Amino acid sequence: MTGIYSEDKRSGHNTPADYSVNLKNLMEGARHLPGGVMRINIGPSHPATHGILQNIIDLDGETVLKAVPVIGFVHRTFEKMAESYTYNQFLNCTDRMNYVSAPMNNIAWTNAVEEMMGLTIPPRAQVVRTIINELSRITDHIICNGVLGVDVGAYTGLFYLYHYRELITNIQEKMTGARLTTTFTRVGGLEMDIYDGFADDVKEIIRSFPKILKDFEGLFIHNRIFIDRTKGVGAIDTATALSYGYTGPNLRATGYDYDVRKAYPYLVYDQVDFDIPVGVDGSAYDRFLVRNEEMHQSLRIIEQLIDNIPDGPFQLDDYHITLPPKMDVYTKMEELIYHFKIIMDGVIVPEGEFYSAAEVANGEIGFHIVSDGGKSPYRVHVRRPCFWYYQSFPELVEGGMLSDLIAVMSSLNVIAGELDG
Amino acid sequence: MRGLNSVLNIELKNHLVKMFPVRGFTVEENRGILVIQADASDLVNLMNFLKTDPLCDFNVLIDLTAVDYLHKRTQDKRFDVVYMLWSTATMQRIRVKVTVAEGLEVPTVSGIWKGANWPEREVFDLFGIVFSGHPVMERIVMPENFRGHPLRKDFPLEGRGEEYLIESIMIHPPDSGSGSK
Repeated sequence: MTGIYSEDKRSGHNTPADYSVNLKNLMEGARHLPGGVMRINIGPSHPATHGILQNIIDLDGETVLKAVPVIGFVHRTFEKMAESYTYNQFLNCTDRMNYVSAPMNNIAWTNAVEEMMGLTIPPRAQVVRTIINELSRITDHIICNGVLGVDVGAYTGLFYLYHYRELITNIQEKMTGARLTTTFTRVGGLEMDIYDGFADDVKEIIRSFPKILKDFEGLFIHNRIFIDRTKGVGAIDTATALSYGYTGPNLRATGYDYDVRKAYPYLVYDQVDFDIPVGVDGSAYDRFLVRNEEMHQSLRIIEQLIDNIPDGPFQLDDYHITLPPKMDVYTKMEELIYHFKIIMDGVIVPEGEFYSAAEVANGEIGFHIVSDGGKSPYRVHVRRPCFWYYQSFPELVEGGMLSDLIAVMSSLNVIAGELDG
Repeated sequence: MRGLNSVLNIELKNHLVKMFPVRGFTVEENRGILVIQADASDLVNLMNFLKTDPLCDFNVLIDLTAVDYLHKRTQDKRFDVVYMLWSTATMQRIRVKVTVAEGLEVPTVSGIWKGANWPEREVFDLFGIVFSGHPVMERIVMPENFRGHPLRKDFPLEGRGEEYLIESIMIHPPDSGSGSK
């Protein structure tokens, strides 16, 4: 396939010569820096970035004069792939966006497709999705808060919490067979029903996790060293944060209580009690506190639901949307045809343009879907929360210390897969 | 999206139609959300109005993207640049669409919302739509010397693949057509 690469077909597509080669310029520029200014790279592969992303930083001693984030190292163009996938196949791509809490992205995507099709999934599927959603939020916040501790020099906290992330990952493994890339939902419900003993496993977490979380808080919240390293560091006010398109815990840390779960309720979030924690100055310390309190609130939501998982089907009983039971596929002709049609043609989404939002661990994930009625979406755009707030990074770190920069990057919770899409 | 106010939508629609009696400006409701179709030349005015007008008060740009309608529309209406705004006062959302032909520019809104900076670069990177007045109109997620704009509908799904790397291009400029899978 030569496609647009042949010279005659290249009109309209810019050629390399049209762009300044950024990296080369940066290297050249480093030779002409004023005396005493040093240019360093953090990343693309560096322990402090927790993912493949680069920061080019000009330093005067330890003071950051200028920071230039360079992103795109994990860019896989999922939006292009979506245009050749069925709606269910795209679930695999959503797994790999925020890989720390993959089920949340699965749920957000299937919710968007179902909302566009006008489907209401069975209550059992809704409740199980909500429980898994909150468990995943806990896994994400464990990583973010635990690693913030590691980055400012406190190793113990992460190990206190990591055991519980392991327990939640075990639940995911029992549910889906995968620990990280779960592909846990399907359009119209779940991939499969919950296993026997699911409620017991979740209750074990609800029972023992709050105590450990309290211990974890004890290690950090009143810790003089931790406070000195994070309080007031990377602070941002609400108006600036909104101007940058902040959502999620990072916006709430500035004192503004926006949460998609409350503002535009989906699943069963309008039937459960929970509070939205907010911070004061939007600094790394407040982001830490907000995430910590959100773990408590997630546990509270799960506690209200775990004893009340409704009986009934775990997916819609409509074989134009969900797969028929395997036994019927093997023994009956019509079910076999439905099975074939769903695997090959997928679900039929009505023509039109649609935007659906959900609250994932980092904020509002939005799926902007354009459908022409075919088996694949005509266009999918994913509003990745990381991508929006990470562009404020230079503003947060310039004028501060190099070591503060690490704390800011950790506390923002930049996930490379979500950042690049 | 659930939770949007349809009564407010009607009020906003009447207000907007009254305030923008210009050609090419339409407002209609689509699946519960107001969709404004505007000309690129009116865009900055419109966005400023939507942001500052007390009734609209759409103070946050929540999403920015583009759609390529190659073969579905005529060439002069090839791309839609789509903006999603959000009002923190009323919790209402609104979609603004600007239709552009290939090669034409759209004025940047990064002066109105700082957050428009990277998304506009991303749209430029993946669609080749240039935003005039943007501070750094360069690629953001693809390598600087990448050829083509992947989300255009005429960009092939399979192409040169892994051999198309920064390093190899810097040393040996690619000859056209060779090395395709």
